[in-house]
Parts: sequence; structure tokens; C-alpha cells
Amino acid sequence: MLLPNHGTLKKGSIRIMPGKVVTVTSGKGGVGKTTATANIGAALAAAGKKVICVDADIGLRNLDVVLGLENRIVYDLVDVVEGRCRMRQAMIRDKRLPELYLIPAAQTRDKNAVSPSDMLRLADELRQEFDWIMIDSPAGIERGFRNAIAPADIVLVVTNPEVSAVRDADRIIGLVEAEEKGPPRLVINRIKPDMVRRGDMLSADDVLELLAIELIGMVPDDDAVVMNTNRGMPVVLDNRSRAGQAFRNIAQRLQGENVPFVEMNSNDGFFGKLARFIRPGGD
Amino acid sequence: MSNFLERLFTRNTSAQQAKERMKLVLIHDRTDLSPGELEVLKDELIEVISRHVEIEPGAVRIEMATEGREQRLIADIPIRPTRRKRK
Repeated sequence: MLLPNHGTLKKGSIRIMPGKVVTVTSGKGGVGKTTATANIGAALAAAGKKVICVDADIGLRNLDVVLGLENRIVYDLVDVVEGRCRMRQAMIRDKRLPELYLIPAAQTRDKNAVSPSDMLRLADELRQEFDWIMIDSPAGIERGFRNAIAPADIVLVVTNPEVSAVRDADRIIGLVEAEEKGPPRLVINRIKPDMVRRGDMLSADDVLELLAIELIGMVPDDDAVVMNTNRGMPVVLDNRSRAGQAFRNIAQRLQGENVPFVEMNSNDGFFGKLARFIRPGGD
Repeated sequence: MSNFLERLFTRNTSAQQAKERMKLVLIHDRTDLSPGELEVLKDELIEVISRHVEIEPGAVRIEMATEGREQRLIADIPIRPTRRKRK
């Protein structure tokens, strides 16, 4: 008989508040799904939550390199599903963020090695031990995508302010709603405020009006993302990065905190305020 | 800032073009109905309704409206007065 509990119990005991599964998807490839998964996961872990990132992009594994954990892989998701190892053996613990773990994708198998019901079972087991389970979905609308969203409690759709990414996001939102997952929440990634100001890029408002779902974050295009990823460092650990700040805000909103959105397309908007916030004296 | 607003409202920026194009594309993606199919639907509607009441075929308007993520087919079909039928 379980009694209500405020938080989560320590490892080994039964968790009374099961963890939440967040699936990050997009339809189109290359919009920043893996970066978003890694950084939202790292931000949650930096905030003291126990987090596991699961790479569901079988055959095109990347979450491991983005998180800088590629050298420590022994077992992968398919090994767990096919019973060649225990779940715990496939978990790689991040040394910088001890509350952050990764289950990598298999690199030499295809997406049919895993089924949506495998993912449901896996997620149910992980919910007992972690506060947050972040699943990185492959691009596309096929089996890999269905695997990734099957266990989701919350779906995040990542898009860029570009016609092809917006169109694919709309398609994905329709499919997520058809699965009765509830409305997904939108991450608009790689916004270039200068181009938006000149009228040469769709603004966050334009994208929101077209897609008509709830926004969870706006991430500016930021060289620091590429530079940190080169080193296998989550950009959320870089306090000076604007994109890092945006991903930390998303992590806070996921936890139910009310973090106001800052306009990114007005002259004294996002950049001005954020620059002053991070580097008093301007930038 | 005023310069910015002026440009925003007087020039057809690439972002505005993108938005207008996407509005139409998304309607057709969501409904699986192309502009051509919408024309066929309109002609058939006119035919069916004409069997029951006398309408103005040239003034019929069929449009797709968007509310959030829902699409609505809106038909405006003017009916001709029926004086002759009254006794």
C-alpha cells in the first residue's frame, strides 16, 4: 500500500510520483531535435532532477555525440529491448551532471528492431527511476516516429522559422493529435532576430499563428550551440549563451513554472534584455 | 522604428510572402483538398442545391476558413426570389 509522497524516493525504492516522458519530434530533419533533447534534459538535470535521455533514432545515432558520451557506449536501446543486457547496463551516466543518463540508439540496426509496445514497456520501467525521460525522435512520420511518441506524456514539436520546417511541423502536430496524445507544445528553434526585424524571416508570432499550438520556447540562432556541441558540452551549461538560456527556460516551463516569453523581434526585445541580464553593461 | 513599421506595411516582405503561402498550403495539407477539388465540389454543390431551390450560380462563394487548427468550409449561396411560385 503506497502513501502519498511529496517528492521522489531514492534509488531502489518504489517511486510514488512516476516520471514524465517527453518526446521531442519535428517531422523534418535537421531542425534541432537532438540539440533540444540534450539541452532540455541537461537543464532539468542541472536543476537537480533525475533525467534519462533516450535516443530513439535507430541507425542514425547522434544524441551520444551531442552529449559527449560517445566513447562510453557498451550496450544500446536494441540490446535492452532484445534482452541482451539489463536496462541499467545500457545507461551511461554523465560525469558533469551526475543526475543525467543516456540510453543510446543502436547504430547498426534499423528502426524496425523496436516496436511501439517495446517503447511503452521501456518507458514504464524508466518512469519508476527517473523524474524525466527525454526521448529523441527520428525525423519522418514512420515507425521510428511512432516508436518515439508511443510512451509520451508530453510531445514537443521543434521547428525553424522556414516554410519546409513549418509545413512538416503541421503534419506532425496532426499525427500527434490523431494519436490522442493531447496538443503538443512548440519549440521554435534558430530564430534570427535581425532577419525577423528586416521582414526576411517568419517571426515567432507568424509561426504560432500558422501552427496554432501552445508555445513552450523560442531559441535564437546562436554560434555557441555549434561550438559547445563540438566539444560535447550541453549549451545550457554555458551561462553566456542565449540559446542556452532559452533551453533552460523551456526546462522550467516543463516543470510548470511560469517563465514569461520575451519578444524576440522588437528592437529592444529578447536580445537587448537578455544581453543586459547576462552581461550587465551590454553586448 | 517608424522606418521599420513603414517598411513592414508598405513592402511585401519575404516573410509576409512565406506566411501567405503557408496559410494556403496548410489548409490543403490539413483537409486533403486541392484548389481544383474545391472547384469541383463547388460545381457539384450548385447542381444539388439547384434541384431544390433556384440559386445564382455565378454568385456562389465557397471558402475555407481556419480557426485554430480547425478548417471550416463556408458556403455563401444567394437564393433567387421565388415570387412566381407564391399564390
